[in-house]
Amino acid sequence: MTTFRRQGRGRPRQEKTVRFSFDGKEYAGVEGDTLASALLANGVHLVGRSFKYHRPRGILSAGSEEANALVAFDRGPGRVTLNVRATTLDLYEGLTARSQNYWPSLKFDITEINDKFSALFPAGFYNKTFMWPKSFWDWVYEPFIRRAAGLGPAPSEPDPDHYTSAYDHCEVLIVGAGPAGIAAALAASESSARVIIADEQAEFGGSLLSMPEAAIDGAPAWQWLESGLETLRSRDNVTLLPRTTVFGYYHDNFLGLAQSLTDHMSEPDPKEPRECLHKVRAAKVILATGAIERPLVFADNDLPGIMLASSAQTYLNRYGVAVGDNAAIFTTHDSAYIAAFDLSDANIRIAAIIDARATVDTRLIEEAKKRGIEVRAESVVTGAVGRFRVKRIRVNRVLASGVSAPEMIDCDTLLVCGGWTPSVHLWSHSKGTLKWKSELGAYVPDRPNENVICVGACNGEFGLKRALETGASAGGGAARLLEVKEDCGWSGEVFGALPTDRNETRIKAFVDFQNDVTAKDIKLAVREGFKSIEHVKRYTTAGMATDQGKTSNLNGLQIASNALARPVEQVGLTTFRPPYTPTTFGVLAGAQSGDTFDVTRKTPIDPWAVSAGAVFEPVSLWRRARYFPQTGEDMYAAVARECKATRESLGIFDATTLGKVEVVGPDASEFMNRMYTNPWAKLGVGRCRYGLMLREDGYIMDDGVVGRLANDRFHVTTTTGGAPRVLSMMEDYLQTEWPDLDVWLTSITEQWAVIALNGPNARKLIEPFVDGIDLSQEAFPHMAAREGRICGIETRLFRVSFSGELGFEINVPAHYGLTIWRKLYEAGREFNITPYGTETMHVLRAEKGFIIVGQDTDGTVTPDDAGMSWAIGNKKLDFVGKRSLERPDIVANGRKQLVGLLTADPNFVLEEGAQIVASPGQAIPMKMVGHVTSSYWSETLGRSIAMALVKDGRSLEGESIYVPMPGATIEAKVGSTVFYDPEGERLNVI
Amino acid sequence: MILIRCPYCDEQRPEVEFVYAGEAHISRPQNPNLLSDDEWAEYLFIRKNARGVHYERWVHAHGCARYFNAARNTVTDKILMTYKTGEPKPSVEEIAEAAK
Repeated sequence: MTTFRRQGRGRPRQEKTVRFSFDGKEYAGVEGDTLASALLANGVHLVGRSFKYHRPRGILSAGSEEANALVAFDRGPGRVTLNVRATTLDLYEGLTARSQNYWPSLKFDITEINDKFSALFPAGFYNKTFMWPKSFWDWVYEPFIRRAAGLGPAPSEPDPDHYTSAYDHCEVLIVGAGPAGIAAALAASESSARVIIADEQAEFGGSLLSMPEAAIDGAPAWQWLESGLETLRSRDNVTLLPRTTVFGYYHDNFLGLAQSLTDHMSEPDPKEPRECLHKVRAAKVILATGAIERPLVFADNDLPGIMLASSAQTYLNRYGVAVGDNAAIFTTHDSAYIAAFDLSDANIRIAAIIDARATVDTRLIEEAKKRGIEVRAESVVTGAVGRFRVKRIRVNRVLASGVSAPEMIDCDTLLVCGGWTPSVHLWSHSKGTLKWKSELGAYVPDRPNENVICVGACNGEFGLKRALETGASAGGGAARLLEVKEDCGWSGEVFGALPTDRNETRIKAFVDFQNDVTAKDIKLAVREGFKSIEHVKRYTTAGMATDQGKTSNLNGLQIASNALARPVEQVGLTTFRPPYTPTTFGVLAGAQSGDTFDVTRKTPIDPWAVSAGAVFEPVSLWRRARYFPQTGEDMYAAVARECKATRESLGIFDATTLGKVEVVGPDASEFMNRMYTNPWAKLGVGRCRYGLMLREDGYIMDDGVVGRLANDRFHVTTTTGGAPRVLSMMEDYLQTEWPDLDVWLTSITEQWAVIALNGPNARKLIEPFVDGIDLSQEAFPHMAAREGRICGIETRLFRVSFSGELGFEINVPAHYGLTIWRKLYEAGREFNITPYGTETMHVLRAEKGFIIVGQDTDGTVTPDDAGMSWAIGNKKLDFVGKRSLERPDIVANGRKQLVGLLTADPNFVLEEGAQIVASPGQAIPMKMVGHVTSSYWSETLGRSIAMALVKDGRSLEGESIYVPMPGATIEAKVGSTVFYDPEGERLNVI
Repeated sequence: MILIRCPYCDEQRPEVEFVYAGEAHISRPQNPNLLSDDEWAEYLFIRKNARGVHYERWVHAHGCARYFNAARNTVTDKILMTYKTGEPKPSVEEIAEAAK
């Protein structure tokens, strides 16, 4: 089938053939492969184009740090995931993936011309170039950048998958199931402690899976792994989470885990969720996240076929795949020698080991000699040659004064190793501090900020023995010393920029492969004055790609440090932020998408509105009927009809959403006195009053009608959206400022359904149904409130009006709301009863000049601004906001005041929010003196009406103001906010 | 998401149950009318911006609905102690003791 499989190598598995497609071509792999290992087994190294220069790119690594091999993973319509790392994609029968960033084909990419003209694209290119003219942004620069820069096309269909989430709790959460993590889990789970161990890979074992030769306690390491996992599986207190990425570490040991459930399946059950978000609160966290090998920075180090040394080892030892026939090794660290020996032992020719270090461990030299491998110490690779795959490399000896002349070495693969970077990402999320360890050339964990411990390589403790020891000890295990055989040396040096004989301005030595950032770019940033690594990062974009610089940060830091001639620890380190690897929006949203995105509160009368064909609108969390169109009606026609019917006969409106708070207790009226501007002490039982509430800064916060049902009981209504904050503010004052007041506050919003009846026939309709309340004008005047029965059901009946017509608000227990509504509606047919929605309610109230808090006020409007000084109890010594009404800026002239507007053209309806000027002929920018807050067509008046906040508005009564709109400037006359029935006679229809 | 101990429920609960309610230990003046404009402005608007221990109010909105006080370190974002409304402001030493 392929020439790159090595029989007898790799993890033991059933050799089940799996077919897959890449860029439209069919290939065969083996179950257990990743897409990357299967492509390599087929000899495919070219898998994509780079982001900026569109250079051919191959496979750099064998894990989630991959910066090059990004593919579009296609599971069907709406199921295309972009920028998936081929190295983490588990192969299954029928898998389909495509390469990215090319046009028209991967091998012939026209935009590769960016590479030839790269002198035009230095660091900060976008910042420097696309500066002016500003208008070019919209139609030249942005479309060009978007087309040229793409990381694959974004999917246009909605995501058909669903996702789930769970809260998990444990005593110990272990991140990473390599040797250190497993040792920790074994030790921690010996007690009854609940242990969760998560690993991003499908198979547990981490680096052990690439180490078939290692031995623990005299037995092969793979056997230790097998029995260890067996033990963990058998323990009830242990949860093993494979394919689970711990993507974020938040406060107080709260971690986010994304578990992939179906992406590796050929035919997943569509009922199963695709991913699960585990929200884990752990008493203790053990980070066993390992380390990431660092590439080396030299000219054309991004050619396909150039790969991390340990990754080649993984492909061979874990997947049984040879990454080439003739490999060269370029290293500054001992570990690459072991990779070379493993490959050599699998009959892969090793062209040479090029080691930048002056001295190399003699045991490694000996081992190399045994295998006939040439070691070139104190030498560097200064270039790689090839079109879509490395063909030969350029090697120079390092001399006291620069480097020797180059020599070419043939190879089809170059394995690189620039040392190891501990994976401290999660540690840093948790705000643990780091310290620079110069012998490792890396930052390692220093002081923790949570109950967390790092073990093994992520703590800078390299080698299998240290991994097992530190893991077991962190898990609370006894210090039993394990006998460990491993053949890896862990000594190395860190170089950053390597010496070369080439003109550095003419070469590309990549630091960040994914964002196409070169050593030259970083040096340029330093020359241009960027001194902090955070600024260098943003200017060059190094480390800002989706891999967040996992393989590049430390190389970039070293190069910046050299260029600045300052030690690394003074240059700093960029901040690690969640997520560790790209995380789907789907798993973060979980069930909160589509219809379940947010709560929708529905009133008991909502089903009737649905059946009556209502058009709904959201009002805070509620959905409310906006209007009830009849056949052929648009909103304007429906609202005109609803308004007319209400004013002429009878309208019915669902007011259930009004916030309702019951204020009860011996001190209830004193409490009301302090919370509202109005006086309450003398309000009689059975009476209502309009209440105005201010914030302590004197601005209007809320309003509503308040009924006094007993001496010690107030039924307070609030605006629909304001109910929670009104109750919260009342509770705040009651609990913290006036705990001596004997008052209880209860939210009763959902206890009562409210049916509002408005119109001259309102009383006639309800009279036959009401028991225990005399509804006559004398006994039950405007602003009266009584308890009684309607249709035999208890009611709190208010005679109030938000329309200016004779009006009643009938409160009934919520679960009777629909029944009573239906009954009244049926009986109302003789009066042409007309259901109306929020739109008509708005028009009716505007005709009367009643404000809507939040529409005609905006948090900077005082009672006087709104023309409502009448609502202030001037004799009261104090209430919330009273002192602020004397603040200098609030009593000053020139405040915006609420006025009515009548347009010169009665048919023109102003736009709400439109700005107002005093005179039309001004030069632009004109001086704005206010804005329109409410504006409607009034069917009753046969013309448009509007309200506006205008500077010194009340003094402008009778004068014209102007509203500049696109195409025309509209003239309007300032007047009263009460447009209809200013005497209020219609309230008292008998 | 931090954990907060509600001193009324006497339970440590996740932050989503709580709502922040501003700086603590600012009492509404007994008689605001006697205050000068500057004094009233001081009460209304002027707040500390502490680096380190900050005394602040929280309300257990999705729990017992009680307002209480907390001492939080604004650098580490750790709540050091919580206590009931009306209890005296703890000293730095008392906070350090409670945080142990």
